[in-house]
Amino acid sequence: MYETTYHRASSVDEAAALFAKGSEAKFLAGGHTLLPVMKQRLAGPSDVIDIGKIKDLIGVQLSGDTLVIKAATTYYDIMTNTDVKKAIPAISYLTSVLGDPAVRHRGTIGGSIANNDPAADFPAALISLGATVKTNKRSIAAEDFFKGLFTTALEDGEIITEVAFPVPEKAGYAKMRHPASRFALTGVFVTKTKSGDVRVAATGASQSGVMRVSAIEAALKSNWSASAIDGVTVSAAGLLSDIHGSSDYRANLVKVMAQRAVQAAG
Amino acid sequence: MGMEGIGASVVRKEDKRFITGKGRYVDDIKLLGMTYAHFIRSPHAHAKVKSIDSSAAEAMPGVVAVLTGKQIVDDKVGNLICGWAITSKDGSPMKMGAWPAMAPETVRFVGQAVAVVIAESKNVARDAAEAVVVEYEELQAVADMPSALKPGAPQLHPEAPGNVVYDWHIGDEAAVNAAFSKAANVVTLELTNNRLAPNAMEPRAAIADYDAAEEHFTLYTTSQNPHVARLVLSAFYNIAPEHKLRVIAPDVGGGFGSKIFIYPEEMVALWASKKVGRPVKWTGDRTEAFLTDAHGRDHISKAEMAFDADHKILGLRVKTHANFGAYMSLFSSSVPTYLYATLLSGQYNIPAIYAEVMGVYTNTTPVDAYRGAGRPEASYLLERLVETAARQFKVDPAELRRKNFITQFPHQTPVIMAYDTGDFNASLDSAMKAIDYAGFPARKAAAKAQGKLRGIGLSCYIEACGIAPSKAVGSLGAGVGLWESAEIRVNPVGTIEVLTGSHSHGQGHETTFCQLIAERLGVPISQVSIVHGDTDKVQFGMGTYGSRSAAVGLTAILKAMEKVEAKAKKIAAHALEASEGDIVIENGEFKVTGTDKSIALPMVALAAYTAHNLPDGMEPGLKETAFYDPTNFTFPAGTYICELEVDEATGKTSFVNFVAADDFGRLINPMIVEGQVHGGLVQGIGQALLEHAIYDSNGQPVTASFMDYAMPRADDVPSFKLSHTTTLCPGNPLGVKGCGEAGAIGASAAVINAITDAIGNNKLEMPATPDRVWHAIHG
Repeated sequence: MYETTYHRASSVDEAAALFAKGSEAKFLAGGHTLLPVMKQRLAGPSDVIDIGKIKDLIGVQLSGDTLVIKAATTYYDIMTNTDVKKAIPAISYLTSVLGDPAVRHRGTIGGSIANNDPAADFPAALISLGATVKTNKRSIAAEDFFKGLFTTALEDGEIITEVAFPVPEKAGYAKMRHPASRFALTGVFVTKTKSGDVRVAATGASQSGVMRVSAIEAALKSNWSASAIDGVTVSAAGLLSDIHGSSDYRANLVKVMAQRAVQAAG
Repeated sequence: MGMEGIGASVVRKEDKRFITGKGRYVDDIKLLGMTYAHFIRSPHAHAKVKSIDSSAAEAMPGVVAVLTGKQIVDDKVGNLICGWAITSKDGSPMKMGAWPAMAPETVRFVGQAVAVVIAESKNVARDAAEAVVVEYEELQAVADMPSALKPGAPQLHPEAPGNVVYDWHIGDEAAVNAAFSKAANVVTLELTNNRLAPNAMEPRAAIADYDAAEEHFTLYTTSQNPHVARLVLSAFYNIAPEHKLRVIAPDVGGGFGSKIFIYPEEMVALWASKKVGRPVKWTGDRTEAFLTDAHGRDHISKAEMAFDADHKILGLRVKTHANFGAYMSLFSSSVPTYLYATLLSGQYNIPAIYAEVMGVYTNTTPVDAYRGAGRPEASYLLERLVETAARQFKVDPAELRRKNFITQFPHQTPVIMAYDTGDFNASLDSAMKAIDYAGFPARKAAAKAQGKLRGIGLSCYIEACGIAPSKAVGSLGAGVGLWESAEIRVNPVGTIEVLTGSHSHGQGHETTFCQLIAERLGVPISQVSIVHGDTDKVQFGMGTYGSRSAAVGLTAILKAMEKVEAKAKKIAAHALEASEGDIVIENGEFKVTGTDKSIALPMVALAAYTAHNLPDGMEPGLKETAFYDPTNFTFPAGTYICELEVDEATGKTSFVNFVAADDFGRLINPMIVEGQVHGGLVQGIGQALLEHAIYDSNGQPVTASFMDYAMPRADDVPSFKLSHTTTLCPGNPLGVKGCGEAGAIGASAAVINAITDAIGNNKLEMPATPDRVWHAIHG
């Protein structure tokens, strides 16, 4: 690890001010991506600004038809939160299959989406549920937030403060775990909104990160059931292919995981 | 024997320090004035080192020295050796390219060191390493055996034309040809045995400390065999004469074979310590472990088995290519030859066997012994082949095996090994009963009704361990003898220290070895200490590998113990004014049989050391040494049966049941044996389903971190049902066989046989990832 200066911010404003002062500052939430790359010397930030302990960034609120999860809330806290279980149990389930207990006690929803790993679980949930990402500067629709591999709409120094999820009619998540990393080899999140819209998002599959799966959405719109997807063919074009899963295998997983997600959603 | 003797599941003495964080590993040791080494490693699989500019690094504050491959060669530090000479079919010796500890001219695998920075701190060493400019001229690399063997392929070593180390064979080719010519059926199978990265929990580490006044070196290292390390460093690498070199292997966090070998980093640390006049520490990180710890397995084989009309095996023909990586590691040459092909008879009566093995250089990390070492490859090949035959003949795989089992012992196989004892039907019966083999068809049908593909797979393995009779291995090319030594010191107050040449790096010797003393003397194990891992404390010994510590190491302790007992009885008889022949040892006391006269062990010990009243002519003291050389290998064997389900839609495998019925001879500590079997099974399952060390076509490692190299986790493996059927090993007085490697040897074939049974397609390679299984189902 290169030498760096560690700061623990106590407010979002303080974090933003510290960031502005650093020559090459980075925010630290759970640290599951930043710290390993720092240890490998692939990143050498001048300043590391820990936003994981800012009280305003931790917690869950359910008000009406909106579930708000603040950015520095850990996966474990999300998984065990009763409002999450009540409003969107699929999110609770998603966090239960995310990493292992050590990961779940450190990792945060904000850190996950800011990093936008193409195999991370949360981006699929945000896209499928039609969430809104709120930052210290603005609100960004999930669809506009994720911009391909490890890229987001976040500007330099912008801090995610919370994610607002509209409570759906039904939602489900199913994931084939990557055998080594335990990220999603392919994961699919399906949502039927209260207005009857259907949105399906897959992670771990596409070369350009989290993606909508329109063919499956169309099939589910006319018939919300796993069997409705039987006849759908998912193209392998543009899908990831590596030692753990060829593109045709991932194309199959998109379909199979979508079916299982629908079953889970009920 | 009491509560702590042989056969008791005594809780491990060493665990208190391990689970409370008080273990003392190499990296825990800090010496005054210690410096830190960081290696500069090749990013290329094959390249010429054009130049190394270390001027900027040397000018950095805190940098002590930057040392290069050219310097270590100039200082005449010897090249790394391979300690087992293999002779090719044509009578020529194996062809080895030179392996200097740091490459002066040519690098041949990603991660090979070209230089080292010695600095005041780890971080400074790493900073300085980034400032060293190494100019390479890239050469074309060969990353796999088919590419390496192609005409016109890039050549790794001028000494080994065609990248061939040796082309060796064993068995009777003419007899095998005759067997095949009269065969009613021939079963053929082509398969690979996937390359594995060992991944001991503790990465390798070394601290070298040179004392200029005494011209003496101390090396703290992560070794399974510190004496062998001292011997090799002294005799071949010109570091120092043996009496000027102390090697200490303190607590070592797992080895699995990978810590048998003496690696370049230890050599460089010793040499550098003398050069800079200060202690030098190197602690590898996980990436370095993936790049430089000797890998395991990596075979490509074709096997053919001839059967008569009654399904009796007539002959076996095997052709194997074994990947050695870029250099021949210390015992690498023996692994795909004498540790592999000699086990190709398995549990079966096979009248004729012929095996050819070609050793191949590639631009990859060197390959050497890894838990099982050759025997997992033999067992996997044979057990898949027999299972394939059963399916081809449409007969029950258990019955086909039973029909061909060896039932008379001793049994001489056509490939050197003489099995001393065993009962293969007993372990097969035990495993079949444990898994309710008879009920499987009904369970398969029930699973099918629920849309699941269920399969069952057997693996009847045998291995040779308790390595090994020195004269026999010497005649086969080994550079060392494979006996073991022990010294027993009964202290003047009656406590006991056992000095053993075996080395414990997870096996529990500090408990099991004490149990033998408890058994013999009836003293509590708290009264006994096991001393190991330090060449200044312990007499020369050979270390721990090849499941040898009970069969060879503990037998040496028994031999020393017998001498101690004999002398102690004389002293007791003298003190009790009784006949020596009337003395019996019970509960820590020497008793005159049939009387109430006795003398306690501490009093006997004290008498030995005060020497006030010893029998005439007796030397004072109570301390004895023994060297034990086994007369044969031991032959643990057993049956593993795996039942699992495959998700047709995803290719994912889920275990239903896994049973292991092993014959390890006498068990010293059943709980520790169980732990060893569990660990071995998990490694075998890891190989079958998850683990694979992969290189791209340029020789770049693809799986050099846990993000890509899939290690088995607790939820990847089932709860195992273990049982033991016992035939005592006649080759050693304890009747023990060895249990450390069996799981890793037998498990993988059981898993793959079960998956191929479930999916109805026999064409499946390890690791059977969901992707591969799904393709095997759906094309």
